Amino acid sequence: MHWNSLGEFFAMGGYAFYVWTSFGLTAVLVAWEVLGLRARRNQAWRDLQQARLMDQTDLGEAR
Amino acid sequence: MNGAWIAVVRRDMLLALRRRSDVATTLFFFVIVASLFPLGVSPEPALLRTLAPGVLWVAALLACMLSLTRLFAVDYADGTLEQMVLAPQSLTLLVLGKVFAHWLVSGLPVVLLAPVLGLQYAMPNDALLVLVWSLLLGTPALSLIGAIGAALTLGVRGSGLLVALLVLPLYVPVLIFGSGAVAASQSGLDAGAYLSLLGACSLLALALTPWATAAALRIAVE
Amino acid sequence: MKIMTGINWFKYSSPPAFYPLAGLLIPWFYTLATVFAAVGLYISFAVAPTDFQQGEAYRIIFVHVPAAWMSMFLYLVMATWAGFGLALNARLSHMMSQALAPTGAMFTLLALVTGSLWGRPMWGAWWVWDARLTSELILLFLYIGFIALQASIDDPRRADRASSLLALVGAVNVPIIYFSVKWWNTLHQGASISMTSAPKMAITMLTGMLMLALAFWMYSIAVALVRVRCIILERERRADWVRQLVEVKF
Repeated sequence: MHWNSLGEFFAMGGYAFYVWTSFGLTAVLVAWEVLGLRARRNQAWRDLQQARLMDQTDLGEAR
Repeated sequence: MNGAWIAVVRRDMLLALRRRSDVATTLFFFVIVASLFPLGVSPEPALLRTLAPGVLWVAALLACMLSLTRLFAVDYADGTLEQMVLAPQSLTLLVLGKVFAHWLVSGLPVVLLAPVLGLQYAMPNDALLVLVWSLLLGTPALSLIGAIGAALTLGVRGSGLLVALLVLPLYVPVLIFGSGAVAASQSGLDAGAYLSLLGACSLLALALTPWATAAALRIAVE
Repeated sequence: MKIMTGINWFKYSSPPAFYPLAGLLIPWFYTLATVFAAVGLYISFAVAPTDFQQGEAYRIIFVHVPAAWMSMFLYLVMATWAGFGLALNARLSHMMSQALAPTGAMFTLLALVTGSLWGRPMWGAWWVWDARLTSELILLFLYIGFIALQASIDDPRRADRASSLLALVGAVNVPIIYFSVKWWNTLHQGASISMTSAPKMAITMLTGMLMLALAFWMYSIAVALVRVRCIILERERRADWVRQLVEVKF
């Protein structure tokens, strides 16, 4: 470990903006994709559930 | 076999003759784009001379691309394309005929008009010759590669913009070698290597793309 | 080999069999991705020493290079699935290639932005037309073209096959584009500082990049599996097995 303090670690030898933007953007993009996919999956489930409910009521009316 | 090929070329040429305005639109587009740059940048001859290879090549590339959507669209709409897919002749060969006709109508006029525009850009004579050669060797590749994009986007909404999105990245090597040849000749270097690479691009496109275009047409018609 | 032939792999090429299998695998790939990412981040921030030439800014390459690798690799994988889809007429293969495209585009974007964040302190400019960044930019266009074509064709079967064909055409072109951009770049102006030109700590750097590349790889697999499951649910909503799935879940 060649960092003497936490402040030095965050300063990144004066390149803090470039380094932390790079790594931060990576984290943001990954989080965005994972959460977006979770929302998409939930939406797909909701659609399926709704279709199922509608089918059931249709059947009920037919009877 | 050859008969069908010639028949396709002749038919497309006749259709193009009947709708001359389409051909004229491509050419005017080429002229207008090339004429706008001096107005937007500066009329200074030395600057224009360095810009010329890139600007003329990009304008030629866009002009070729603009006419792509018409390549199969008419045949697709009136059902001729379906007949072609079902025909006993090889679809690849028929595609080659159509692409050749497209090049005669939109590529060749651009090649012939380019030196005139080159004069506007104060290009020296030997560079003009290289410009014509590079376009002559490169525009067939543009038509061949573009045909894939045209076939893939048949009957798709917003196909004009989509073709640009699909085809322009694939045009990058042709653009680099084409404008590179002209730029090299202007700075007194030998353009031979560029022209050979450009020719290689066209030959490779000739070998591979008609097959891919035929596959794309089959997908579109099915 | 015996085990390989023992299991009928073809069974999993149908969505009803593949869907639960993918569900089982996803957490494992997420875990692997997290572990590799932790090791990779530790190496890139704690183990790797400061570069005497580039200072701390060189640490950007620990994400930049793996992202660039991943963007190209994923295009290749995507094209391979597309090829399988066209050759075997398997809809799951088409779905796999569509599931990979957004992740590939994301890594391409990441490689572009981190490349420019690295370039600003090193070259003094946000954008330099060097061979790597330029070909990444064109790769991004190829990804966007694939996604746009797939999205604009209404008939799913046609969309599958048309976009798969485009992926194959793009894959044939990628080496040609890369070569031509490199040629163009060396003739005009070579990049002054190469991204991987630190000789002393080659091994540490390579391990760090490798770890993060592995993390990205595992992450890509996990995300692609999640996305392919979404695609299956959206596309096969009329199928009996999907309806049964809903009944079990709710």
